[in-house]
Amino acid sequence: MYNFEFEKPSTIADAVAALGVEDAQALGGGQTLIPTLKQRLAAPSSLVSLSGIAELQGVCIEDDGSVAIGGATTHATVAHEAASSYPALAALAGQIGDPAVRNRGTIGGSIANNDPAACYPAGALGSGATIVTDKRQIGADDFFQGMFTTALEEGEIITSVRFPVPLAASYQKFLQPASRFALVGVYLARFSDGVRVAVTGASEDGVFRWSEAEQALTKEFRPDALMDLQINPMNMIGDLHGSKAYRAHLVGVMTKRAVEATL
Amino acid sequence: MTQVSMTVNGKSVSGDVEGRTLLSSFLREHLSLTGTHVGCDTAQCGACVVHVNGEAVKSCNMLALEADGSDVGTIEGQANEDGSLNVIQQAFQDHHGLQCGFCTPGMVMSTAALLKDNPRPTEAEIRKYLEGNLCRCTGYHNIVKSIMAASGQDASSIAAE
Repeated sequence: MYNFEFEKPSTIADAVAALGVEDAQALGGGQTLIPTLKQRLAAPSSLVSLSGIAELQGVCIEDDGSVAIGGATTHATVAHEAASSYPALAALAGQIGDPAVRNRGTIGGSIANNDPAACYPAGALGSGATIVTDKRQIGADDFFQGMFTTALEEGEIITSVRFPVPLAASYQKFLQPASRFALVGVYLARFSDGVRVAVTGASEDGVFRWSEAEQALTKEFRPDALMDLQINPMNMIGDLHGSKAYRAHLVGVMTKRAVEATL
Repeated sequence: MTQVSMTVNGKSVSGDVEGRTLLSSFLREHLSLTGTHVGCDTAQCGACVVHVNGEAVKSCNMLALEADGSDVGTIEGQANEDGSLNVIQQAFQDHHGLQCGFCTPGMVMSTAALLKDNPRPTEAEIRKYLEGNLCRCTGYHNIVKSIMAASGQDASSIAAE
């Protein structure tokens, strides 16, 4: 890995200032970024660690009942602290990577990276979460803009992610056992005014909402409602782990399992 | 170069490192604590697991400067004060929980982290927790047995798969 300056500010304002330097890069838990740097796929001039900023840490419940998670909160902390307030999201966090990775990796890092097979983008999009940055609030529908692409601007920091808590929700992950990412993952959330279904791991465009399934399940919330629906394999990811047709099939299977898990 | 200071196995240490110096490199190359193994250097194999403020982390995937001010525990700090093996290490020896031994430091450190939170894990819980620790000898069966024994449970009941 190429060398870089390392900074660890203790306030958001100092982090924003440090990120104003050309080619500076924010560092969450580093569980994706450090391997990327080792492969010399990135060469930042400085890394600005967000792990020393107290206000980016932890899980709390807002006045409107939504669950707000600080951007630098680790997966292990979410798995533990959100277990009673938003169990499906806590379960998602508890399935990321392995225990040691969960002790370092953060929600902000995962969402900012928007890996097409990561779990958190599905949880955020499926919940209709709001991504809060140092500058603004961005709805999940506008935030995720394709594989490794988000609405974040240069130097913008995710300070928290606010999740409205659905009536019921479930994340169904078909594990790719070598990478521990999702081969296909489906996050389903049932609200009083409708159902949201977000799919990760499957599409070449990154996380997406399966709107036909949402409409069918909003009309009739039972597994059979999905019977006649099929995802077009055309835009699916096809690789040595699974063909386009296989992933398209898995989307249906995992969505059905998510419905069954919330009944 | 930047100075980094931390506590390692109860001793205060410091050294000058680059921004890119990994915690695993600091432990091995600056402190000569080579018990922490670097197997894959891609955060997959878990041979480099150490404890940072009591939590298991992959030290090849954490910058040394991120551990500044932390309390770090490595395999070298696991034995009892008189130098004898601790309960986990002894169980690994008794139940042949190591073959070539390369993954063992990470296995022992992960086991210690598991038993801290879950003193009597089931076989399924042990296998689940070790998802990030690879044994290329494929010696998992006896590793699981060792952990059952280390947690004071009957290890004989585990059937070979």
